[in-house]
Amino acid sequence: MELFLTILFPFVGGVLLAFFPPNRGREIKLFSAFVAFSTLVLSIVIFALYDYREGGYQFTESFTWLEHPLNISFSLGLDGISAPMVLLTGIVMFAAILVSWNIEHRPKDFFVLLMMLVAGVYGTFVTRDLFFLFFFYELAVLPMYLLIGVWGSSSDFGTFIRTKEYGAMKLVLYLVAGSVLVWVSILAVYWAASQAGTPTFSLEELQSVEFNDGFKHFENLFFPFFMVGFGVLAGLWPFHTWSPDGHVAAPTAVSMLHAGVLMKLGAYGIIRVGMILLPDGADTWMPVLIGLGTVNVLYGAIAAMSQQDLKYVVGYSSVSHMGYVFMGIATLHPLGVGGAVLQMFSHGIMTALFFALVGVIYDRTHVRDIRVLEGLSKRMGFTAAFFAVAGLASLGLPGLSGFIAEFLVFVGVFEEYLPLAVLAVIGAAITAVYILRLLAKVFFGPISPRWEHLGEASKIEMGAIALLGFVLLFVGVWPLPFMDVINAGVSTIPGVS
Amino acid sequence: MPETNLTSNLHLLLPEFLLATLAFAVFAIDLLLPANRKKLLAWVSVAGLIGLLALALALLWGENEEMYGGLIKVDSYALFFKSFFILLGIFIILSSVDYVGKHLSHPGEYYGLILFSVLAMNVMAASREILTAYVALELMSFSFYIMVSYARYNPRSNEAGIKYVLIGAFSSAILLFGISMLYSTIGVTHFADISATLANAGDASPALWVGLALILVGLGFKVAAVPFHMWAPDVYQGAPLPVTAYLAVGSKAAAFALMLRLFAEAFMPSIDDWQIIVAIIAAITMTVGNLVAIAQHNIKRLLAYSSIGQVGFLLVGIAALSETSPLASNGVMLHIVGYSFTNLAVFVGIIAFFNMTGKEEIADFSGLADRHPFLAAAMAIGMFSLAGLPFFAGFTTKFYLFTAAANEGLLWLAGLAIVNSLISLYYYQVEIRHMYIQPAPDMEGKLEPASAHNPHPPPVGGGAEDASRHSPTPLIIGVLILMVLGTFFVGVYPFPIVEALDAATSAILPGAGS
Repeated sequence: MELFLTILFPFVGGVLLAFFPPNRGREIKLFSAFVAFSTLVLSIVIFALYDYREGGYQFTESFTWLEHPLNISFSLGLDGISAPMVLLTGIVMFAAILVSWNIEHRPKDFFVLLMMLVAGVYGTFVTRDLFFLFFFYELAVLPMYLLIGVWGSSSDFGTFIRTKEYGAMKLVLYLVAGSVLVWVSILAVYWAASQAGTPTFSLEELQSVEFNDGFKHFENLFFPFFMVGFGVLAGLWPFHTWSPDGHVAAPTAVSMLHAGVLMKLGAYGIIRVGMILLPDGADTWMPVLIGLGTVNVLYGAIAAMSQQDLKYVVGYSSVSHMGYVFMGIATLHPLGVGGAVLQMFSHGIMTALFFALVGVIYDRTHVRDIRVLEGLSKRMGFTAAFFAVAGLASLGLPGLSGFIAEFLVFVGVFEEYLPLAVLAVIGAAITAVYILRLLAKVFFGPISPRWEHLGEASKIEMGAIALLGFVLLFVGVWPLPFMDVINAGVSTIPGVS
Repeated sequence: MPETNLTSNLHLLLPEFLLATLAFAVFAIDLLLPANRKKLLAWVSVAGLIGLLALALALLWGENEEMYGGLIKVDSYALFFKSFFILLGIFIILSSVDYVGKHLSHPGEYYGLILFSVLAMNVMAASREILTAYVALELMSFSFYIMVSYARYNPRSNEAGIKYVLIGAFSSAILLFGISMLYSTIGVTHFADISATLANAGDASPALWVGLALILVGLGFKVAAVPFHMWAPDVYQGAPLPVTAYLAVGSKAAAFALMLRLFAEAFMPSIDDWQIIVAIIAAITMTVGNLVAIAQHNIKRLLAYSSIGQVGFLLVGIAALSETSPLASNGVMLHIVGYSFTNLAVFVGIIAFFNMTGKEEIADFSGLADRHPFLAAAMAIGMFSLAGLPFFAGFTTKFYLFTAAANEGLLWLAGLAIVNSLISLYYYQVEIRHMYIQPAPDMEGKLEPASAHNPHPPPVGGGAEDASRHSPTPLIIGVLILMVLGTFFVGVYPFPIVEALDAATSAILPGAGS
């Protein structure tokens, strides 16, 4: 029941919100925050109660949805890979609701859509059925167009304008194009399983199907569908271009949830569906994935270095950091895959913190151009301090969560693909360059007179920022509880050794 | 067949007899009513249909009998579609009431014709003989010919009527020619006999294949499959809005009810020969429908092309029919049910909008979310559902249908259908952008230049005068709520419907035990 509640809380919350009078912005926000907080507490409890010594799926439950011959059941379960993701969703969602306190335009619709998005994310993470995994996966994409299109912002680059409608449409079409590939291969998987005499959508039962028996190269043929299809959402190069445009156009809370949590859905899908169902295909294609992941790291970092818009810097930095996740997954080495999962968690918190801070700055300065923003730390000390925390976590400073995760990924890559590990480390070095330059210029340089009267973040925003910063620090200092759980999950992935 | 069979179970046709009676009664009452009381006819029709639905369910539940020596069969398949068409008729009448009162004259014949078309649809789903099916199809088509041109003084409606009649007659001729070729080669017209002959035919004569192909073409015209679709956009655009909705949902559902039984009961043995043809038509239909829809500026034309795309999806299900698996047949029917709720949600929203503003270009919907949040939300839900996003009917029914296709080895076709869903998402989102993101145009300034200088209150809630003139009636909002709930229901909990479909499928495909 616990896992079902993680879906129900935001879903029912969203449905109830729909009946609020539209002009009661304050009540709507308080109720949303209440729902988000309950969901966060629930997520923490679930994570804490997951017994990593036992491993496997826990909190399982199952209801038949459609009987033979489709055999779809609404079955839930949590394992070592999804447990940190559930916790991540709870934290980022609560923080995202807190930083949305300044939404004044149609607040009701905004929070309803946000709740639907989160319900979809939780659903994807806790389901054990391929149909429902895809169902919730698509549900998480559904509200994006409106969330970005209505509450987003356009960027003016002087010579051209990236409108929010453009960003929204690009993001949705890219993601749905990715899910086209996923959908096709889900149908192929069902067809092959049906040929093998076990027509079902249950992930556990599908895991025992030998897909290559019926059709010789089945796994090699369809693994790339999953890899690219889910990879689009995770920002896999060269299908990442929706990510900077979409995240920049989106309102702060949506950028936080999207870069922080939704991109992780993609990586989660590669592990949960691609690697677990089609291990032979994964084995064949991993060299390609690690190559693309390396490009992600370098390309994202170099692109981030040359951006003028603060939000684009963070957007490309996400692309770069998701590269480490791909690299870690592709090592098929327990340390590398474990590091990738931890990186998913760590990067989720970190990028949510980045976007929250950028949102705070933009709300006050109405500018995101780093050539104009100078010396903000004099007026926004708190914001600057936490930007530094996020930045240092991003470049992998020991003591913050990014270090542990990236270190594990590097070790995994060193074991399997030495030359690429060197490139990955170079990527980390480039990250250091653009992050430190950014910090020096935007925050710790001499203040420009234009920003003399700037105000600090509000108390509520500070709360959200402090929460995210604290988690980064906690994981950096004491990663053991996370690694225990993650390792329990990674050890069950076939082909990881 | 013994003589006695002809009348011994005649009571099973009671719903049809009563429906015809009801239709004539509506015509008759119309003569007696004064012009300002014509609304009563709608209520009479709805009450009658509700009674008939109850009667049909009570009388025919679990029946499985042939009538008139096998011309008509009263089985669970027929009952499923009978209930479906009666419900559809009720919803169409309810959503027509306001529109008819405002824009059309002669409401009596309008409601009567809807009842006749429901009768025709019921017979289409029940007939097991190809000429009976043809006659029922013609009854439906004739009702539609009149309804399409019902707005007498609107040239577009007249044009649509003429086009529809000509194309309809043309396609009927092709269909009949195909039937005659079929009869001339194998000498039977009962579905069961056709099936038995085809099973033993081995290599049949080319004339038989020409006959089958012509039947397919004729039906293709009726459902507006590409390349026989050219009439659809003009007719959809010209017809009065509720008729367009009925055409998009009812005529397609009925034609597919007929096709499904025809292909499953009669043509099944030679599936290897026609499967690929139907699959190719399906592929072309959905691709052309969805690509051309992108370029439309009129909401009715957009929905015309989008419904052509949906026909492509349904043809995927026909191509995936199988003697051993109920998936494809279930999938076609489930998609029809989900598509009907969804499409009606969109159409009823447009009807409500048109009743308020008299406009139907896509750009006219700008800012609708500010003025009528519920209307916009319902239409957005409908469009997301048409595009196949989850929580709504479209996702579940498409998943079911495409799984059926993949399961029969038509993975390429399922893949193409999924790509088409993606294309459709684009143009639905453009429409949603107008409703939600684009600011409202200064409608007052355009409509009444004299009052343009009047400062109007902010759009939320609208002015006092605005609100009374520019707000949907409770009736149409009620229908809209029902359609949205139906869209959710099919999307989230299709289990009870699938149970009913299993029963219906077992009637036409006895070998496909579930």
